[in-house]
Amino acid sequence: MSKTTLKIQDITMQFGGITAIDNLSFEVKEGQIYGLIGPNGAGKTTIFNIITGNYQPTKGDIIFQDKTITGTKPNLVVQKGIARTFQNIRLFKSMSVLDNILIGFHNRSHYSYLEAIFRLPRYFTQEKKIKAEAMAILDEFSLTEFVNHKATDLSYGNQRKVEIARAIATKPSLLLLDEPAAGMNPSETEDLSTIIHKIKKDFNLSILLIEHDMKFVNNMCDLVTVLDYGEKIFDGKPADAIVDEKVITAYLGDFTHA
Amino acid sequence: MDFSTFLQQLVNGISLGSMYALIAIGYTMVYGTLRLINFAHGDIMMVGAFFVYLASSMGLPFPLAVLAGITGSVLVGIMTDKIAYKPLREAPKISLLITAIGISFFLENLFNVLFGGVPKAFPAPEYLTTSFKLGEVILPLMVIVIPIVTVLILGGVLWVLYKTKYGMAIRALAFDIPTVKLMGVNADYIISIVFGLGSALAAVGGIFYAISYPSIDPLMGIIVGLKAFAAAVLGGIGSVTGAVLGGFILGFTEIFVVAMFPDLGGYKDAFAFFFLIFVLLLRPTGIMGEDLDRGRF
Amino acid sequence: MKGILIKIALITVSLGIIWYTNSHLDIYNLSIVNNIGIFAILALSYNLINGVAGQFSLEPNGFVAIGAYMTAIFIIPMDTKIDMYALVDPAPVILQMQANFPIALLAGGLTSALMAFLLSVPVFRVRGDYLAIVTLGFGFIIRIFAMNSPAYTNGAMGLNDIPEFADFRWIGSITIFTFLVMIHVIYSKYGRAMKAIRDDEDAAVAMGVNTFKVKTYAFMTSAFFEGIGGGLLASFLSTIAPDQFTFLLTFYLLIIIVLGGLGSMTGTLVSAIVIGFGLEWLRFLDDNMTIFGYDTGAHPGMRMVVFSILLIITMLFARRGLFGDRELSDILKSKSSSKRKNV
Repeated sequence: MSKTTLKIQDITMQFGGITAIDNLSFEVKEGQIYGLIGPNGAGKTTIFNIITGNYQPTKGDIIFQDKTITGTKPNLVVQKGIARTFQNIRLFKSMSVLDNILIGFHNRSHYSYLEAIFRLPRYFTQEKKIKAEAMAILDEFSLTEFVNHKATDLSYGNQRKVEIARAIATKPSLLLLDEPAAGMNPSETEDLSTIIHKIKKDFNLSILLIEHDMKFVNNMCDLVTVLDYGEKIFDGKPADAIVDEKVITAYLGDFTHA
Repeated sequence: MDFSTFLQQLVNGISLGSMYALIAIGYTMVYGTLRLINFAHGDIMMVGAFFVYLASSMGLPFPLAVLAGITGSVLVGIMTDKIAYKPLREAPKISLLITAIGISFFLENLFNVLFGGVPKAFPAPEYLTTSFKLGEVILPLMVIVIPIVTVLILGGVLWVLYKTKYGMAIRALAFDIPTVKLMGVNADYIISIVFGLGSALAAVGGIFYAISYPSIDPLMGIIVGLKAFAAAVLGGIGSVTGAVLGGFILGFTEIFVVAMFPDLGGYKDAFAFFFLIFVLLLRPTGIMGEDLDRGRF
Repeated sequence: MKGILIKIALITVSLGIIWYTNSHLDIYNLSIVNNIGIFAILALSYNLINGVAGQFSLEPNGFVAIGAYMTAIFIIPMDTKIDMYALVDPAPVILQMQANFPIALLAGGLTSALMAFLLSVPVFRVRGDYLAIVTLGFGFIIRIFAMNSPAYTNGAMGLNDIPEFADFRWIGSITIFTFLVMIHVIYSKYGRAMKAIRDDEDAAVAMGVNTFKVKTYAFMTSAFFEGIGGGLLASFLSTIAPDQFTFLLTFYLLIIIVLGGLGSMTGTLVSAIVIGFGLEWLRFLDDNMTIFGYDTGAHPGMRMVVFSILLIITMLFARRGLFGDRELSDILKSKSSSKRKNV
C-alpha cells in the first residue's frame, strides 16, 4: 500500500457554464479498492468519463502510474492499463460470451489484417493463445458453462460478471466499476463482492468503484471519497463516512434504506 | 463580370439558396430529433411538385393546386414516419436507414410508374413566370418571390420552435426521447409535427424549383435532396438557422463558380459533395451546430 | 486440422463445378450464372461494411464504376482506344495504361480501396452517420466525372470492345475467393471488433479498439472487392457507360444483403442466387400485363416498386433476413446448444 496508481489532481469540469466537478483531488494507491460515492448527479460518472478520456476536463490533470494521461484517447487509455464497466451493462449483444471476452484481447493478440485474411501461422498461434486465456478468465468468474451462449441470454448478475471479465481481458492495472451492484439482489451482491476481492488479488488490480449501496461500499472499500454537486465533502474510511454529518445531510435518502 | 451581371447572379444565388434552405430545414429537424438521415426527404419535394401538377391538370386553379401539393406532401411525409420509421424507433439505426432508402426508392419508382420518366412541363401560371427589368438587369419575378416567401417561412418556423409549446417539445426531443415521454409529452405526435413541417417546407421548395426550371420528373428530388443535406451539414446539423445559412452558401457558390469558371459547369452538382467533405474534415459540427453526441454516457 | 481439410475439399469441389459449368452450360444460362457470380462478389463485400461493421454505406456503384473503368482502360488494346475515343483524343496516360487481365483487375480493386481510404478520413473521424450520404454523393460524383472527362472515360459514350476475358472460371473462382476472405475477416480479431462496433461503439472503444482503423479496414476491403467485381463486370459485358453505375446497382445489392441477413456471408450467397434468378423471373412486371381482361400497359419501374416494398417489409417484419448475422456453420452448430434462455 504505498505506490500511487491513480492521482486525480484539481479536476474541474464545466458543461456550458454548469460546473459538474469542482476542483476535485484524490489518490488511489496500488492494491486499494477505492469508493467514489454520492447522490445521483453528484458527478461520479463524469469523473469516470474524464479518466477514460471520453471527456476533456476544463482544468486539472489525471496522473496514472506517474504519467499524465489527461486528454489521451479512450482506446489508448485502455492500452495504458485502465479498463471500465458501464452503469447500464453494455455487452456486445449479438456476440457470444466468449467473443465478448475476446474483444478485450483485441490489443493483446498480435497478427495483422493480412495475416488474418490469408490465415498465416501467427493467426492460429495467437488465436489459440488468447482463447486459452479467455477461458481461464471465464473460469475465474465461474462462467465456463456459458461460453458459447449469447451474452444477452444470461441472467442479469451473470451479464454483470461478463462485463467485468471483459474488462479484465484488457489486462488492466486499474479497474473502474460503475455501480457494479446496481439492480442486484442480496445474494448476487454477496457473490459479486467475493469475486471482486478474488480478482483484485489474482490479477493484481487497483479498483475505483462508484456505488450507491452503502453496505456494499462498507464491505468492499478501503477508502472512499464522497461527492455532492461536484464537490468533495468527505475523504476517508467508509465507516467514518456513515457517521459524518455532512455526508448524512447530503445523502439522507439513500442512507435510510442502505 | 460587370455590375449588372453580378447583380443578376446575386439574385439567382439568393433564389437557389432559398430552395436549398427550405429543403435543408426538413433534414436538419428530422436528424435533430431522430438522428435519422431521412433519404426520402428529397423525394417529398418531388411528390409536392407532382401533386401540384396533378391537381392543376384536374382543373384546380394554381393557388389551390399549391395548397393540395403541400397537403399531399405533408400527408406522405407523416405516413412515411408512421408506417416505416415509427416501428423501428428501438431497432438498430441501420434498419432505419435502410428503410429510409427503401422509401426513397419506392417513391421515385412509384411516380415513375404512375407518371412516366419523361420530364413534364410544370403548369406555372403566367403571372409567376413573368420577368421585369431593373435597370440593366432582367429579373424573373420568381427570384424576388422565392426569397421573400423563404424569409417569411423561416420566421414562422423559428416562431414555432422558440415561442410555442410544440417547439419546446421538439427541442426537448433532440436531447432525449424517453425522458420527454416521461414528462407526459406525446412524442410520436411531436415527431409527426416535425415530419409534417419538414415535408411542407420541402413541398414549397419543390414547387419553387418546378417553377424556376419549368419541368418536373420523378428523380428530380435525388440530387437536390443530396445538396440540401450537404447544406444542412454545412450549417450544422440540428440547427434550423444553420440549415438556412448552409443553403444560401451552397446556392451562391454554385451560381458564382459556374458564372466565373464556365468550364466547371458540368461539375456544378459536385460542389455540394466537396463542401460536405471539407466540413466533415474541418468542422464536423458545421457552422452553427453543437455536438449532438455529447452526454451520451 | 479437420476444418482445414473440409475447407480444401469444399474449395476443390466448387472449383470443379465451376469449370464444368463453364464448359457445359448454354450461353443464356451461363450469362445468368455469371451475373449472379458478379453480384455475389459485390454483395459479399458490401455486406462486410454494412452488415458486419454496421456502417450504413451506399458506395458500391461508385467503386464498381472505378473498378470497371480502370480494368477496361488497362485491357483495351491501344489501337482500339485511339479509334474509340470519339469526342476528344484520349489522354496520353490512358494510352500508356496497358496490362494483362489479372493486373488490370488488381489495379481496379486497389484504386477503389484507395478512394475508400480517402473517404474514410472525413467520415470515420466523426461517427459513421454521414457515411451513407457521403457515399451516395460519391456515386454521383464518379458518374459526373465519367460524363465530363471524355479524355479519360470517353464521356457519355462509354467504353466498348472491352476484351471478354471474364468467363465463369474467373468470376466463379473470384466469388469463392471473396467469400473466403470475408469469412476469414469475420472470424478474426478484426471481424470481432467490427461486430463490436456495430453492437456498441462506445463499449468497443472502452475495450481499446481503435474504431477508426477497424472501420477503415472494413470499408477498404469492401471497396477493393467492389473494384474487382467492377472489373469483371466490364470485361463480362464488354461495354460500359456512366449510366450503368447508378444508384440502382447499389439498391440491388442492398436488397441481396438485407434478405440474406445483414452480416451473414452464407446468407448473402444464397440470397444473391435467389435474387439473380428472381430478377429474371420478375421481368414480367415491367411488361404489359392483362389483369381481368384489362391491359395495364408496360410499366418500366414496376419491378423496382416491388423490390422497394420488399425491402421495407423485410426491414419492418423480418429484420434479421434469412440467416440473421450468423453463418450457416454457426446455425448448425448452435441448433443443439442454445435452447435454454436466461441461464
